[in-house]
Amino acid sequence: MGPVISAAQLTKRYGSLVAVDAVSFSVSRGEVFGFLGPNGAGKTTTMKMIQCISPVTSGHLSVFGMDVDLRPREIKRMLGVLPQETNLDPDFTCFENLTHYARYFGIAKRQAGDRADELLSFLQLEEKRDVRIEKLSGGMKRRLLLARALVNDPQLLVLDEPTIGLDPQGRHLIWEKLKALQADGNTIVLTTHYLEEAERLCNRLVIMDEGKILVEGSPGDLVSNYVGSDILEVEHTPPVIACLDDMHEHYEIFGDIVQVQTTHPREVAKELFERCNPGRVFARPASLEDEFLKLTGRVLRD
Amino acid sequence: MDSYLIPRISRLSLKVWQRNWDVFFKTYQVNFLPPFIEPVLYLVAIGFGLGMFVGEIDGIPYVNFIAPALLAISMMNAAFFECTYSSYVRMYYQKTFEAMIATPLSIDDVVTGELLWGATRSCIYSSVMLLVFALFGVVDLPLSLLIVPFSFLAGLLFACIAMCFTAITPGIDALNYPSFLFITPMFLFSGTFFPLDVLPPAVQTFAVVFLPLTQLVIITRSLTLSSLSPLFLYSLIWIILVTALCFVLSLRLMRRRLIV
Repeated sequence: MGPVISAAQLTKRYGSLVAVDAVSFSVSRGEVFGFLGPNGAGKTTTMKMIQCISPVTSGHLSVFGMDVDLRPREIKRMLGVLPQETNLDPDFTCFENLTHYARYFGIAKRQAGDRADELLSFLQLEEKRDVRIEKLSGGMKRRLLLARALVNDPQLLVLDEPTIGLDPQGRHLIWEKLKALQADGNTIVLTTHYLEEAERLCNRLVIMDEGKILVEGSPGDLVSNYVGSDILEVEHTPPVIACLDDMHEHYEIFGDIVQVQTTHPREVAKELFERCNPGRVFARPASLEDEFLKLTGRVLRD
Repeated sequence: MDSYLIPRISRLSLKVWQRNWDVFFKTYQVNFLPPFIEPVLYLVAIGFGLGMFVGEIDGIPYVNFIAPALLAISMMNAAFFECTYSSYVRMYYQKTFEAMIATPLSIDDVVTGELLWGATRSCIYSSVMLLVFALFGVVDLPLSLLIVPFSFLAGLLFACIAMCFTAITPGIDALNYPSFLFITPMFLFSGTFFPLDVLPPAVQTFAVVFLPLTQLVIITRSLTLSSLSPLFLYSLIWIILVTALCFVLSLRLMRRRLIV
């Protein structure tokens, strides 16, 4: 069986702005594939092209082996989409939101009702079944959106910032549900700003910036390949800097903290204590966030 | 790119219509009262009240003269306001369109469903009014019953015109422009409350050639007064042609707005 999504030199231009710049990637069946990047990196635009709602400017994009520009209806029938912004229907209750959405897929009424109840219980929303959506908390709305994305039993889930704006409880509940879906063999593509989320969920991910894919790999590979395994955080004082320069260690300064990237943190720390008075030294494993900031820089995007 | 230019309309557009229908009947108490009350107010105040001083126009009691105009106005308003303000709220604030096009529905299906619903609303409102007017005995039966199917076509015309404005408006407040500069003048100068022939000839010609409401009034008046004229056929063809034109235009404009 071929890949679920296959993109080659995929490009999207808005006038002179290049939102997505000749990216190529493919997503296999059963994979959870993540798009990371700062705001404006081109993640959501890529999602919209996969969803067949934004035409491709150039390059090729196929989903389930079908061209997105030519067979959008067939593709969309097999997709479950969780949008970044809530677009639940405020005129309906939770249950009606699901059954009405099922109708757009041509699912029969009784079947839609059964499916809606099943999904409400899967996402722990049974008690809100007949409540209008204006009465829901942010976390409940997000869960209902996920339920709605599952109403047509999709073969590919497209999640744009699945846990945006959620408290830790809400986020963990969504993660748990996505893990369950993954275990059932669902293919999922998602975008996120939360690196922890990507580390937890994704089998494979790409980091995008300015429309381009910077790196691709599993979360573990990316961290060790690009950053070195550990980070030492030391107070920023002139003697410490002098020491580090002497030791030929690679470091970066962030305000009153110096970060040293190293594969042997114990030795570096020991040497620092011997040669200068570093004050406090804090060692931790490098995370995807370090990798992310290294690749995309620390400048605010908006 | 080019494949996006071909209209993609399917039977799924009826699901959009059905969504609006369901919402309408969920709140039918507020939706049905206005069409009952408003025509009675107009009929009593202007038809019978002002009519006392006016007496007859072309040998027709004043209240019978304005009754068909009130029907035409309700067809215009129901579809126009549905497909401007209400559609805009669904499109922009509720993001209902966005949610719909993530399903097998195309944007053309969504717009078509909205237009059919606007037309249906005209049909519902003017049918209710027709019933009230029939009870007052100010419309001829049975010919006036043709108002019911006609109101769907008339509603579709105004729905399509409205959707063009919705597609190009920069915000919801800017929809006040077509409402006050297009709908309100038409409400007064389309042969509604006084015959067109009291107006200067140039204005008369303008009204008959360009104003959509004039066509509606010509047709509804012919039906409620049982007096068909060649103008009836002219207006019917006018409505069909302009509806077709505005339908295609509204799809194009909406696609330009929503497919980026």
